[in-house]
Amino acid sequence: MQETAEARQPLLDVRGLSKSFAALRALDQVDFTLRAGEIHALLGENGAGKSTLIKVITGVLARDAGTVSLDGKEIVPRSAKEALTAGIATVYQEVNLLPNLSVAQNLYLGRQPTRFGIVRDGEMKRRAAELLAGYDLHIDVAAPLGSYSVAIQHVVAIARAVDLSARVLILDEPTASLDRHEVEMLFRTMRGLAARGIGIVFVTHFLDQVYEISDRITVLRNGRLIGERMTSALPRLDLIHMMLGRELSETTEERAVHEKSAAAPCASFTNFGKRGYIAPFDLELRHGEVVGLAGLLGSGRTETARLVFGAERADSGTASVEGKPIRLHSPRDAVQHGFGYCPEERKTDGIVAELTVRENIVLALQAKRGIAKPLSRREQDEIAARFIKLLDIRPPDPERPIGLLSGGNQQKALLARWLATEPRLLVLDEPTRGIDVGAHAEIIRLIRELCERGLALLVISSELDEIVAYSDRVVVLRDRAHVGALDEHAIGVPSILAAIAADDAARIAEEA
Amino acid sequence: MALALPRRGLAQIAALIVILLIDRMVSPQFFDLRLQDGRLFGSLIDVLNRGAPVALLALGMVLVIATRGIDLSVGAVMAISGAIAASLADSHAWPVAVAAALGAGLLCGLWNGFLVAILGIQPIVATLILMVAGRGIAQLITEGRIVTFTSPDIIWFGTGSLLGMPAPVVIVVGMLIVTGLVVRGSALGLLIEAAGGNARASELSGVGIRTMVVSVYVWCSLCAALAGIIAAADIMGADANNAGLWLELDAILAVVIGGTSLFGGRFSLVLAVCGALIIQAMNTGILLSGYPPEFNLVVKAAVVLVVLLLQSPRLSDLVANYRKARA
Repeated sequence: MQETAEARQPLLDVRGLSKSFAALRALDQVDFTLRAGEIHALLGENGAGKSTLIKVITGVLARDAGTVSLDGKEIVPRSAKEALTAGIATVYQEVNLLPNLSVAQNLYLGRQPTRFGIVRDGEMKRRAAELLAGYDLHIDVAAPLGSYSVAIQHVVAIARAVDLSARVLILDEPTASLDRHEVEMLFRTMRGLAARGIGIVFVTHFLDQVYEISDRITVLRNGRLIGERMTSALPRLDLIHMMLGRELSETTEERAVHEKSAAAPCASFTNFGKRGYIAPFDLELRHGEVVGLAGLLGSGRTETARLVFGAERADSGTASVEGKPIRLHSPRDAVQHGFGYCPEERKTDGIVAELTVRENIVLALQAKRGIAKPLSRREQDEIAARFIKLLDIRPPDPERPIGLLSGGNQQKALLARWLATEPRLLVLDEPTRGIDVGAHAEIIRLIRELCERGLALLVISSELDEIVAYSDRVVVLRDRAHVGALDEHAIGVPSILAAIAADDAARIAEEA
Repeated sequence: MALALPRRGLAQIAALIVILLIDRMVSPQFFDLRLQDGRLFGSLIDVLNRGAPVALLALGMVLVIATRGIDLSVGAVMAISGAIAASLADSHAWPVAVAAALGAGLLCGLWNGFLVAILGIQPIVATLILMVAGRGIAQLITEGRIVTFTSPDIIWFGTGSLLGMPAPVVIVVGMLIVTGLVVRGSALGLLIEAAGGNARASELSGVGIRTMVVSVYVWCSLCAALAGIIAAADIMGADANNAGLWLELDAILAVVIGGTSLFGGRFSLVLAVCGALIIQAMNTGILLSGYPPEFNLVVKAAVVLVVLLLQSPRLSDLVANYRKARA
């Protein structure tokens, strides 16, 4: 299939697509080519621009610049429905069908076969069964869709989309919640469709699956096209390079090894884990030390952070602070023990948009003190003013609703929220995500400063050079487990990449 | 949800003044006050006095709504507390009767809080249970009859006076002050607004949301129990079928008119009470005007719409921000 795919005409041709959200460039001059009959993996870390690209192609978002052509004809869909009419169908991870209706009803929703205005139920069931038989799926089409597994629901969604004259099928993380057997079933369906000449865009973060099924790979990073390669000609290490690393030469000089005397342990976690969430891990965090968590998307970085902060309850292992075992069942416990956590999703998990900058800054400290010990207005004003000045939050108006601030300033206010509690351990999940370059550098400078003042830091970042720049130790994760640790002298972008990929190689060897 | 800089209360106070002026046009004696037996009388006092039960309900409801909840059971709680107070009024000392009625309110609040905060049931469904069952409980207490009583101490809550003002008005002012002190004098107000604005973020900041949610439902039911005592005292009897009937809707309306969003977050106690007065000023005005009371509901709807539109600059600011962000 791969040899012939090369010769085929482009089915979907995207040229120079750009899209910005306010100051943030989500897509910058991206090209993407899909040929008929190929399975094309679209890869990239969080914020790389995959979903923006899909949304622009399918008309959910309006584009700023660029063209999209289908079969050589330019199209400008203004909604997902128009894109579908043009022949581009999307099936999302969360199947957007109606689980309470029958399979047949779902397949023919909005286009039921009728006679004299009355739905011909029998005819609809017959056609539905016939259609699904084409996918080697023999199920009772009268049963509610919700009674079937997610994999079957996906196939039904795909069948519906293809039956609606789709020639381009976009599958957004279809395998995220499927088990091995179900993935096989989905892959059979995909291969069958590709053989019928349908072009399939496959978005996923499971690299094994990429190598198993895709003919070609396109990698995006930070809204830019990094490259398009034949899957068979792209070793895993190179692929991870494309997804994570900048040019290696850029990144090597940044690192300064800080000489430290053996620091005192601050918090340690032994055999700490939660079944089905993250495998048990050992982690020791010391005063004045930055530990970086590196790994691909979905490798268990955020999961580690949430467990350490008590946002998820561990079902194995123990946590201790300054050598003493502690109870860690909720964020409330964590805050009482002097932990802080700046989550990745600033808008949904971080800020309280309608409250002022002042109120957002004092929130954690107030929660720590308890309801009965309110901070007086004067204390609040003083704290807010101090941190606005210290972190240079702009505009420097403590009474402004925080939702009106830029992403970088919101992030600084969240840092201030935790610094105000004088924490011993701060967990930062993607602290520089969605922040412009200037604020980016400032946040990194802050991380270093905090660490010099004796704080223990656990930092997650997809930017490897960033991790290299500030970490004293790096823990590498893969498939929801801690798989390696690099000490001070071993840290570097190449060594981290090797640690992520080495495990890959080991797995392949194991499976073979 | 509004992200505009604060400009709160103007719309509500303007609306109240306009409605009072209209009432004055309908009934020329509207602003007249006279002192008789050491108590003020007049239509204005009437508005305050008649509005007291809804104002009390609104005081509790505003806290519940600020946490992004709702309490449909307050009318039923009024019936329960009124039934208990009436049943005990003539056989026990008044503090016993009042304490028993308030104690019933406390239990109702704990029940609602338990369902919402501990079991995680949606507030509208959780409180619907007590809304339906509560009236049944009240009927069981009164054994299906209208229980009358003659205890002057309890009757004082409905028709007595203090410092020249009717007792219900004094009770509302007192509860407003107490609630204000509890909520704004502690950190509760800030934490309620934070949790209502973004529960996930607040929880990740270490805010103990469960205790807080239980306590607001308890407070709401206590306010309702107090309103129930006033309503019973007013008619010197407990009518389990009709006491507090549909008042939960007036209370919710008062809170919304007072500018607190049903999506939770920012709230104002004073404006919620102001909302209750707006509703009562309308009711009184329509009664005085001689129009049939059927008009009441339609006019109420129209006025509510106007007040909400007056508040909508917040909405237009949001729209403006949104446009700017897209441009």
